[in-house]
Amino acid sequence: MIISQKKPREELLAMLSGVKKAVLVGCGECATVCMTGGDEQLEEMKAFLEENGISVLASLVSGTSCNKLLVKKELKEYKDAIAEADCIISMSCGDGVQTVASNVSIAVYPANNTMFLGEVERVGLFTEACRFCGDCVLANTGAICPITKCAKSLTSGPCGGAKGGHCEVNPDNRCAWIMIYEKLQSLGTLEKLDIMTEPKGFSDSAYPRTISLRGSKE
Amino acid sequence: MSKLKDALESKKFAVTAEVAPPKGIDFSHQLHCAEALVGRVEACNVTDFQSASLKAASLGMCIKLQQMGMEPVFQITGRDRSRLAIQGDMLAASAFGIENILTLTGDHTYVGDNRDSKPVFDLDSVGILQAGEILMGGNDMGGNALSGDAPYYFMGSSATPEYEPLDLHLMKMRKKIDAGAKFFQTQGVYSAEPFIRFMDQAEKYGAYILAGIIPLKSAGAARYMNKNVPGINVPDDIIARMKEAENPVAEGIQIAAEMIRELKDKQLCHGVHIMAIGAEENVPLILDAAGL
Ligand code: SF4
Ligand code: SF4
Repeated sequence: MIISQKKPREELLAMLSGVKKAVLVGCGECATVCMTGGDEQLEEMKAFLEENGISVLASLVSGTSCNKLLVKKELKEYKDAIAEADCIISMSCGDGVQTVASNVSIAVYPANNTMFLGEVERVGLFTEACRFCGDCVLANTGAICPITKCAKSLTSGPCGGAKGGHCEVNPDNRCAWIMIYEKLQSLGTLEKLDIMTEPKGFSDSAYPRTISLRGSKE
Repeated sequence: MSKLKDALESKKFAVTAEVAPPKGIDFSHQLHCAEALVGRVEACNVTDFQSASLKAASLGMCIKLQQMGMEPVFQITGRDRSRLAIQGDMLAASAFGIENILTLTGDHTYVGDNRDSKPVFDLDSVGILQAGEILMGGNDMGGNALSGDAPYYFMGSSATPEYEPLDLHLMKMRKKIDAGAKFFQTQGVYSAEPFIRFMDQAEKYGAYILAGIIPLKSAGAARYMNKNVPGINVPDDIIARMKEAENPVAEGIQIAAEMIRELKDKQLCHGVHIMAIGAEENVPLILDAAGL
């Protein structure tokens, strides 16, 4: 799940200076779960904008606001409102903002900050879990990601900085490598710690990346 | 030729010290301190933005030491440089005759004094060792040949004898040795027992171990380190001695010297690494008191 957070309202208003009429586009997937782009947040946003002199001409929660063809289809139904609006405010992740923007010819502004790919631990609690390294190493680390859970993304074992099992960078976090050690111990596969690897390469994560299952770049 | 390597190979009890480059361009104090150690220590480590705080670059200070006749140990962390820059610095070091390299992962930028700096960590300590080995083989990490003679490095890394869980730390030590580490300089040691427990395991790996010695400055500083510095455990009786001492700095020097003598007399390790952290001028006093 892509975890997003609402931008501070002052920042949003500064971004929208000069805007009189807007259309809101949320997202039915991650942003709904993160409470940054579901029905309720769109309603709140509408009330907030109208208090600040911006009228909301239309508002929709896209099924999946990072799906270009779907968004294109959904926006068609709102083409009159969009034609009249000064901008669209996208209430999704950064991908959704760009997907919406690629389908319209007016300005699109982000209402959220996109934070990370993470886990929904429980309602309203999200933790970062994967940094899209492009070469997953979880098989050897007890399915605990050292790239993400270790503050230094170390792949060959811990630094010397753990104190009482906690990370030197943010003591609220347990040291990833101590967690990996405990997990491998419980799985009975501690020997995996001894696997010597070459330094992780970064050519697989050179961005922007495109993946096509159709044999050629779309 | 690395004098540090010679000393360790000839089973001499090796001594290294540490200097941190200045936060500025005046190296005179550091050079003065290092000068007093010429002939008394095998080599002097130069820290690499220690604690992720900005200082003059380690390589610059290493070159200064080399030129004044003090053999440097060039500390390289993975925090600030990509593999391109690390290999380049290693080649430049070699061109100045610098052979000793201490590889470290490095403290995170977030705990330093330029917190917004981007942490690199392209290579960790193991990766830097691998880079060094590849360069010694006449290539770079991209598989391209170096021109001319290949460099030579005597590489080491750090160890934390009181790391918990020790097994996990020993795993990383073994990887470092596989990757080319020949010596280890440890976190500060204040009592023999935990160090012996560590050595019981680590000795069989065959690398040279230089026990870390950090002279205490006050009882408060000792308590602070116990609380905040990973792998440091100053025992209560030492803290009490510091507290009662009329001159805590002198007492700290005495305690350091006693530790060194115990390590040396009982042959618990292959040498010591003295980290005076801001009081480098006291290192000769520690050596005097330790009879070195
Ligand atoms: S190793 Fe970590 S960052 Fe890389 S793909 Fe796997 S989970 Fe994601
Ligand atoms: S303490 Fe553990 S999690 Fe934190 S940077 Fe070091 S190895 Fe990574």
